[in-house]
Amino acid sequence: MKELLLILVPLVAAVLAALWPNNRTRPWFLPVAGLVHTLLAFGLLLYPPEAPFHAWFGCDPLARAMLPAVSLLFLGCSAYGVPYLQLREERSNRVFVPAFLAALGLMSAAHMARHLGVLWIATEAVTLSSVPLLHFNNTPRAFEATWKYLLVGGTGIALSLLGSFCLGYASLHGGGTGDLTFTGLMAQGAHLSRPWVLIAWVLLLIGYGTKMGLAPMHTWKPDAYGEAPGIVGAMLAGGVTTVAFTAVLRVRAVVEAAGAGMVANRTLLVIGLFSTLVAALFLLSARDFKRMLAYSSVEHMGILSLGAALGGVGLWAAFFHVWNNSMTKGALFLSAGNIRRAAGGRTVDEVSGMSVATPRSAVLFVTGLFAVTACPPFGPFFSELLIVKSAFGTGHGWAAAFFLGCLLLAFFGLTRVVFAIVYGRPRQTARKMDPRFRETLAVIMPPVLLLLLSLWLGVATPEVLRQSWTAAVQQLSPTP
Amino acid sequence: MNDWLNLLIGLAMGLNLVALGTGRLPSLIRVAAVQGMVLGIMPLVIEHELRVMVLVVAVATVVVKGFVIPSLLRRAMRAANIDRDLYPLIGFLPSLLLGAAGMIGAVVLASWLPLLPEHHESLLVAGSLASVLTGLLLLVGRSKAISQVCGYLILENGIYLFGLLLIHSVPLLVEGGILLDMTVAIFVTGIIVDRIQRAFDSLDTRKLTVLRE
Repeated sequence: MKELLLILVPLVAAVLAALWPNNRTRPWFLPVAGLVHTLLAFGLLLYPPEAPFHAWFGCDPLARAMLPAVSLLFLGCSAYGVPYLQLREERSNRVFVPAFLAALGLMSAAHMARHLGVLWIATEAVTLSSVPLLHFNNTPRAFEATWKYLLVGGTGIALSLLGSFCLGYASLHGGGTGDLTFTGLMAQGAHLSRPWVLIAWVLLLIGYGTKMGLAPMHTWKPDAYGEAPGIVGAMLAGGVTTVAFTAVLRVRAVVEAAGAGMVANRTLLVIGLFSTLVAALFLLSARDFKRMLAYSSVEHMGILSLGAALGGVGLWAAFFHVWNNSMTKGALFLSAGNIRRAAGGRTVDEVSGMSVATPRSAVLFVTGLFAVTACPPFGPFFSELLIVKSAFGTGHGWAAAFFLGCLLLAFFGLTRVVFAIVYGRPRQTARKMDPRFRETLAVIMPPVLLLLLSLWLGVATPEVLRQSWTAAVQQLSPTP
Repeated sequence: MNDWLNLLIGLAMGLNLVALGTGRLPSLIRVAAVQGMVLGIMPLVIEHELRVMVLVVAVATVVVKGFVIPSLLRRAMRAANIDRDLYPLIGFLPSLLLGAAGMIGAVVLASWLPLLPEHHESLLVAGSLASVLTGLLLLVGRSKAISQVCGYLILENGIYLFGLLLIHSVPLLVEGGILLDMTVAIFVTGIIVDRIQRAFDSLDTRKLTVLRE
């Protein structure tokens, strides 16, 4: 029952934070809950609990392979959140802090959900709890982004509910007794009604793919990431997306058990490559460095989808990439937040010469750029290399070539924007530089640590993580 | 029993076409509300014996879908003091034609899909697909934020219809969770609609165009 603490601790902290009277000390709830959550998550990683076969929640190998990454990212974001929220004293954080904590608890619930209905409820709840986070800045632009998030995300989540019902009906039609746990559905295997399974797969892929931000369902992403505070962007890009990826993987395992694995893999392959292409093309024309990060996130979701499509080693590399994506995206969003705060603008037309104005954040941003574009020796290089190798190994040479071409284009696009804002002469923008902003240790250390983690993952991937990814691959395809 | 159910589903499908054809915001809200109430009493028709939980779910659905959400939308409409005409992005006649084509397509598709024997005579699948299509059409074809919320409501109604196929097998706890989530979703949307109205002084989503590439 220890695993339920992963859900309960953040939710209880959220309630306490909502009741806490002081606006200045309330943000401390974030790192405290984050630390407890991280310790719990790694405790469960090292000493795995027994997951009962039909339990609705369980820290099974798939949850263990992903959840600690989210936990670590949240810890980094929450440490950054304290100075950030104290800097923004003019806004009450009575809604923000509880919603951020609740999102962590619900993300844990969604990672560990082993029941089709419970998974949907938890994912929808994550979406709703992140709405107040998006419009924290309270500007018209923020509300526009929130509206698009609600509308596109809401439609996606509604379609995934329809997909869940279809999968439930597939089980019922195949003589099922209404057991909608994933283990139960996989045990039913080939008895599931095939047409219904295929309809369910399409709807669920569209639904959870919207949440993940796969193209062409990614349209909410640039707006939301562009307008939300840095810590929220980091959590959306590295946390919420992994929730949706877990959901897609759990559903894919059922579809594979029903004998339609080939169809599932082919759709994942196409949608993954399409996402990397769309992201690369938009990156080439991006001018706003926060929206740029959103397109980079679309690209990385495409990489995950590609890895999942290849199965076996590719899937293993996808788990590896989930960790790398979370760490590097965290570092990038947090350093971008610093630059944005100091510069008062977000596009290459307004901002330049940040290596003079905010030297530390600029170094971090450039290093993060190299990490995210898969330069060695950072983690993403190794996971993407493994995906390419696995693509060649499984006879998807053309896919690998296409993928590498897109990565190259994305590299050009990203470097163009990043160097445009980092180098050059500092520009006096219309808005004055925020005089209260200082590059203190508190806003520099979290992204530094996240980058170091990414480096460590690449240079010396811990054995316990490797084993957890292998176990997760085995859980998803019991007969390799 | 099936006849009563099919009658109600037919009514809901007719309401889809009314929703697509109407040019005034208040009547669109009313259509969505009536459809929600029609859906709410369906579990009572399906269940053979009356259980307390089914009654509770039915009453909750009728109250929330038929009264709470519509009054929320009407209040937002009045507060915004907006023009009640809809100014469709997809005209009313094309919307109606698309809706009717979608309805026929839904009936054909439903007859192709393998169904359990007890569902062969029922219109549930066809009604569900038709409502989902109507909802999507309203979402992309109308420009006012409130009318998009109505589209979302009709989309959800369609999914609810499909959920009725599983009424005997999904645990009530899950059913309740889904209902709760949807209600909260509409409330959150209502709050955001209110904020958009204050920030932009309008609820026309065509004005939400600052963010683009």
